[in-house]
Amino acid sequence: MEQFTVHKGLVVPLDRGNVDTDAIVPKQFLKSIRRAGFGVNLFDAWRYLDIGEPDRDCSGRPLNPDFVLNQPRYQGASILLARENFGCGSSREHAPWALADFGIRVLIAPSFAEIFYNNCFKNGLLPVVLADHEVDALFTACAATPGFSLKVDLRAQTITWPGEARVSRFEVDPARKDRLLHGLDDIALTIGHADKIRAYEAWRRKEEDWVF
Amino acid sequence: MADTPGDTLYDKLWARHAVHVEDDGTTLLYVDRHLLNEVMSPQAFEGLRTHRRKVWRIASNLAVADHNIPTTDRAAGIDDPVSRLQVETLTKNCGEFGIDEIGMTDQRQGIVHVIGPEQGVTLPGLSVVCGDSHTSTHGAFACLAFGIGTSEVEHVLATQCLLGKKSKNLLVRYDGVLPPGVTAKDMALAMIGKIGTAGATGYAIEYAGAAVTALSMEGRMTLCNMTVEAGARCGMIAVDDKTLAYLDGRPEAPRGAQWERAVAYWRTLASAPGAVFDATVTIDVATIKPQVTWGTSPEMVTTVDGVVPDPAHEPDPTRRAGIVHALSYMGLAPGTRITDIHVDVVFIGSCTNSRIEDLRAAAAIVRGRQVAHNVQLAMVVPGSGLVKQQAEKEGLDIVFRQAGFEWREPGCSMCLGMNADQLQPGQRAASTSNRNFEGRQGAGGRTHLVSPEMAAAAAVMGHFVDIREWC
Repeated sequence: MEQFTVHKGLVVPLDRGNVDTDAIVPKQFLKSIRRAGFGVNLFDAWRYLDIGEPDRDCSGRPLNPDFVLNQPRYQGASILLARENFGCGSSREHAPWALADFGIRVLIAPSFAEIFYNNCFKNGLLPVVLADHEVDALFTACAATPGFSLKVDLRAQTITWPGEARVSRFEVDPARKDRLLHGLDDIALTIGHADKIRAYEAWRRKEEDWVF
Repeated sequence: MADTPGDTLYDKLWARHAVHVEDDGTTLLYVDRHLLNEVMSPQAFEGLRTHRRKVWRIASNLAVADHNIPTTDRAAGIDDPVSRLQVETLTKNCGEFGIDEIGMTDQRQGIVHVIGPEQGVTLPGLSVVCGDSHTSTHGAFACLAFGIGTSEVEHVLATQCLLGKKSKNLLVRYDGVLPPGVTAKDMALAMIGKIGTAGATGYAIEYAGAAVTALSMEGRMTLCNMTVEAGARCGMIAVDDKTLAYLDGRPEAPRGAQWERAVAYWRTLASAPGAVFDATVTIDVATIKPQVTWGTSPEMVTTVDGVVPDPAHEPDPTRRAGIVHALSYMGLAPGTRITDIHVDVVFIGSCTNSRIEDLRAAAAIVRGRQVAHNVQLAMVVPGSGLVKQQAEKEGLDIVFRQAGFEWREPGCSMCLGMNADQLQPGQRAASTSNRNFEGRQGAGGRTHLVSPEMAAAAAVMGHFVDIREWC
């Protein structure tokens, strides 16, 4: 997994609550058996004026000029500013795959849906929860400031505003932080506990033999 | 690992499955049953191959293709080459790694959350995971059951474990007696309307109270299924006689002396008296009316005798913008009476409402009646081949067909439209599924979530009607 330490990037604001994973990547693209290439279909139904199909070249498709990701000032954005309950709905990991493939490294919102939140960490994406008033302030500043960029430091758990005008602190689970900072492979770490897993299985087998 | 006084059912299940706990509470959680589908698994198997890893406990896995498969004649195979490749990839992966797969033409085939309990693969006290958020369904059997992403699918395949932190405990207590015409689906939607789609984020839900006890196992599955729409990953219900009666004799359930030993343990799967919950929501079911969603999130729901809300009355600007956007997408004006909303399509199916009791309830409404002229498509998609077989034995297929419904083969179908069953842009559906997100049932499609009875009645009348007037 890709490491995450410090990231500085342009912010794109998506001012909608309850953005679901069907919106992040619509179902027709889930038919792929690959892990890459979902970025062009990120927010497909909002981003394009036509209906997207899997494996179709998106370069000539008509863009929705009203959708924030298409606006010139947000081109190259790598930090997505969002509202509450971002990533709700389906457990599809294609949602973080699409965000990462598009170039997003950090998501900031007042809350995330749990499965999505968890899936982000497995893909080198950092979801940051900030208080409502902090998120409101970011939306306001982002709208008012062309080229609004932030520096996100995972080790320090800080978000630094342009010109170091303000520093927002965020919380992150220590175990998740460690894995993301070092780009560790969860599975390899768990296999390190193989003896414990086998001992547990032996115990459960005695208690509930019908399970095995 | 003895029970501590005051433990909730969730506390007990979590402790029982903890293999290892780090200082910060990060837990290595053992997985008893892993259900696989074609959508969330191909990249996980690819990961195993890349790292030359084996499947830890092959027998814990059961695979079935449900999302992509056609609900029309199976003999013809799958037309869409992209869908076909994904379904074939599941079969190939299962073959390579030795995992049991229920094939597309097997009588037992169906939606994974219907067939788990049906086969007795789902048993009380187990941890059950699947790359699908509606895995919460299995909590009806006092399971620790939740949906996972593809990286976690790979993690479970390789290690039989998942990493996680314990959630807080939320008790949702439904008191009273459910009125006629009001169902488990309405209980779920009413709860989501009350607490919101993020209302239970960070919690594990236990459903309890007289109205939950009174539900059948199928009703309990409907309730637990919708847990994830309230923001919680898992929801569960204690074991009682109904749980045991449902499982007794299922193909994969224990038998004889082993059954007796299992029952002795399963009987302990309830929250201790005086168990401590971090939060409690209480709902008097006598006050619940049939629910109809009007927007693009399950929390955008009202009662059948209600009206589409006016965003002008919403003080919060983000929520107000959300309502404006949803009404525009749904093509609805504020103040429209729910019973004045006409539908083009009726879908009865999905892991929420496709079991035999759902089909019986819907059939009772349409029996001797006809699908309204303005309804372009009314379809019933049974949850599994065995549900379909039972329904046909009872003649329900004939009831539906005579009324003008299409009677299809089992699968996820129009709940998410990964197969050919999709709404066309602008089409409006009464659907017994679980999500009314934009484009969920087809790009530009408009979804209203309802119970099977309400969907059936909407098919007959061509618009929503208060089913209580039919009871």
